[in-house]
Amino acid sequence: MPAITATQHLPADWRDLFALTKPRVMTLVVFTGLCGLLAAHGAMNPVLAFASVLCIALGAGGAAALNQWYEADLDAKMKRTADRPLPAGRLSRDTALHFGIGLSAASVMLMDLAANHLAAAILAFSIFFYAVVYTVWLKRRTPQNIVIGGAAGAFPPLIGWVAATGELALLPVLLFLLIFLWTPPHFWALSLFVRSDYAAAGIPMLPVVAGAEATRRQIALYSLPMAAVAVAPWLLGLTGALYGIVAVALSAFFVFLSLGVLANRATEPAAMGPEKRLFAFSVLYLFLLFGAVACDRLANRYAPTLLG
Amino acid sequence: MADPPRPEQELIRRRQRSGARATAWVLAAFIILVFLITIAKIWVNR
Repeated sequence: MPAITATQHLPADWRDLFALTKPRVMTLVVFTGLCGLLAAHGAMNPVLAFASVLCIALGAGGAAALNQWYEADLDAKMKRTADRPLPAGRLSRDTALHFGIGLSAASVMLMDLAANHLAAAILAFSIFFYAVVYTVWLKRRTPQNIVIGGAAGAFPPLIGWVAATGELALLPVLLFLLIFLWTPPHFWALSLFVRSDYAAAGIPMLPVVAGAEATRRQIALYSLPMAAVAVAPWLLGLTGALYGIVAVALSAFFVFLSLGVLANRATEPAAMGPEKRLFAFSVLYLFLLFGAVACDRLANRYAPTLLG
Repeated sequence: MADPPRPEQELIRRRQRSGARATAWVLAAFIILVFLITIAKIWVNR
């Protein structure tokens, strides 16, 4: 690859370092972490709350940089990722590695300083889980990569909660489970219409290994326990009716869309409208659900005070 | 008389300058953040 040779000696551009943190994925990570923190009833100093959310963002960015450092060869083979800084040759691998390690270490140390040991430990474990367990161990080996690896993206609300309270509770564990069960349908919907990309890179995603029909069945199967876990906080009395209504309506629509995917028989990406709709909605679903849980908990806490 | 800098050298210099500036900003932000966290911790534990 001549591009790499030509530019490898160039100092890194900050835009490429920023791209290494996967800013779009980070938005969801930061949002769910913030909602976990807001849903906790412990009042947290705003500076410490800001620092905790920043640490979640830095940790996610560091893990993403380490992921791209390790996967540069795979990214180069996929259309969707070929223009990332490493495969495109705009950044040296050493720079990416140092940047990833630096961000990860700084995030854990700052979290320990700003919040508590438990939050820092969970953050460190989540970075390890994403960068090593998912990226190095699972992704190239098993079609269940996204099922187990999904846990890595599920930690932020747990970290946010623990940063605010110093302890674990049932609600953040349910929020963790919600993202854990949401990840497979979300990624399998995507992998159905970019299947050729994954096949070209030799990544054993479910549609590549088991075919479209089995993947569609799995999507529908996973959406059911996911919907149940989404509604559970309301049924268990951990949230109020505001969250309950939002969770029931959004989860019912999610299941409806996943049944649309199950009914689709298309093999060409152009005819995979239901898969594309489910993928797009799944992102909105998580944003709205976490927004609702934070609003509901804040309303329950402050409404009695405000109403006198 | 010195040769005019080659475009590639000019790009390297520009990147180095912007990298140094970004590092300075990040370090300054880090110091301020640690300072604010320390003050907030003292305030919380009063």
